[in-house]
Amino acid sequence: MEQLMRNGVAIDDTFAEAFGMRATAIIITAPTLKWARQAAITMTGYATSVIGCGCEAAIDVDIPASRTPDGRPGCRVMIFAMGTDELQKQLKSRLGQCVLTSPGSACFAGLEAPARLDLGNSLRYFGDGWQISKKLAGRHYWRVPVMDGEFLCEATTGLTKGAVGGGNLLLLAADNTKALRAAERAVAAIGKVPGAIMPFPGGIVRSGSKVGGKYKGMMASTNDAFAPTLRGVVKSALTPEINAVLEIVIDGETSDAVAAAMRAGLKAVIDLGPQKGALRISAGNYGGKLGKFHYHLKELL
Amino acid sequence: MKALTFTLINPPEERLDLSILTPSTLAELTRNEIAKLRIGTSRRPASVGDLFKITGSDPANIIFEGGHSRFDGVASGMTGGSIRLVGDAGNQIARAMTGGSLYIDGSVGRHAGSGMTGGRVEIRGNAGDNVGGPLAGEITGMDGGVLIIRGKAGDYAGDRLRRGTIALCKGCGDYPGYRMIAGTIVILGRSGIMPGYLMKRGTLLFDRQPEHLSPTFLPCGEPDSPFAGLLDRYLISEKITDRALLGARPGKFAGDNAVSGKGEILYRKKGR
Repeated sequence: MEQLMRNGVAIDDTFAEAFGMRATAIIITAPTLKWARQAAITMTGYATSVIGCGCEAAIDVDIPASRTPDGRPGCRVMIFAMGTDELQKQLKSRLGQCVLTSPGSACFAGLEAPARLDLGNSLRYFGDGWQISKKLAGRHYWRVPVMDGEFLCEATTGLTKGAVGGGNLLLLAADNTKALRAAERAVAAIGKVPGAIMPFPGGIVRSGSKVGGKYKGMMASTNDAFAPTLRGVVKSALTPEINAVLEIVIDGETSDAVAAAMRAGLKAVIDLGPQKGALRISAGNYGGKLGKFHYHLKELL
Repeated sequence: MKALTFTLINPPEERLDLSILTPSTLAELTRNEIAKLRIGTSRRPASVGDLFKITGSDPANIIFEGGHSRFDGVASGMTGGSIRLVGDAGNQIARAMTGGSLYIDGSVGRHAGSGMTGGRVEIRGNAGDNVGGPLAGEITGMDGGVLIIRGKAGDYAGDRLRRGTIALCKGCGDYPGYRMIAGTIVILGRSGIMPGYLMKRGTLLFDRQPEHLSPTFLPCGEPDSPFAGLLDRYLISEKITDRALLGARPGKFAGDNAVSGKGEILYRKKGR
């Protein structure tokens, strides 16, 4: 494969292949940032991949108190799914079990779009008749009495059909420490890009997958071409100096957000250099036939 | 285009009905046609041209230079655009208004904003009784929009309010929020007796602990309230107040328990 060199890091001439998804966003606030994040982290737990979790979700950015609807610190959470019904179902159950229950929390729409998903509209019945509806400046809120006061929740949030899931970077390094260091740098850089999330643990995947497998019913199985221990026995994508590969998967509110996130991640890994981090950067695709969105690495440098 | 301006020549000798002078009703009319419109209400009614000098041509922006307490129905039925009146006005201003903005640089009579469902009304002076309230025989009062009285309001402000926000910035007479169905009333300054009397739902906001409450209002403590933060920010964004009114932990009374008891009075606690 043709390669470009940047600061001693080889960049494969390949592309990341991504898919159109549905996405929504909410803003969670709490008396402190710690508790806003706690509600968000709980809500986005077990939400790494639509294959097994029904949705992909993570915190997008923290929002200072001066810019939240109720003047308390908060964070924006994004949730992605393949269909509107599944997204609504995931949003409702995660909101009800993880945000409603979290001390001092409140929840607001985090995305403006004409298509809407229910937030408070589906949770208000928890109020058992004591819930209060309030409309202020064209926005509709529900207030549900709970044991530490009131759960304040906007009635609906926006839904976008223009979201993109599956942007990715593969970071190939000489050992695990270097691969992880490169991946952490990339995650930190992508974390600053608004409208893009990395749903896997700490933003990083170590078990990249290929479509299907030898066993019946397996929708995905290990990406053997990038598994260093199989280098001798399968058609490997790895050269002898590579001993660890980590992947970063990116979901974005828009295609531009995914591209911006991949660009930020690439820059961070290239700036780190091959001695401390990755020797080579690649990206995952399925030959370009499955996904509508292609992100060529050389165009993002 | 310059705003369509009506400059008052002589004070009216009869009560006027100015509901015909709104942006949507004047949109297609020439200046001559406007001058012939009847606005008087007596047996020999005055027309616009008898009382006003008309200048400007943009009907989306209407200005009245000079007002009078006999100017009834200003901006009544208004659907959009803006009206500005420099002077006083009479009864039923902004009656059944659905959109646009009205600013009155003076005081107004009774039933200001009666039955309005949208738009924004600001009155620099005082308002009479029944701000936002229904006329006889109507079931609901104001049903949306924002109505700000910078001065003092009379009795029964917000009678049967169903939706929207009323702000009374220098206090009000007796029974504010009387028979309220829902919505929000902000009262800064002293209120008369029995605020929220027979209110079903909705929110009354005070900058101090309300006096002379009906005994059917019960104290509900002062838990932390993110909703108070949201309201405070809303009031500032609507330019009703210039700083937080309630703070993070307002006091609360629930009522009126003589009816459903799902309404609330929120007020700023002393020293917070």
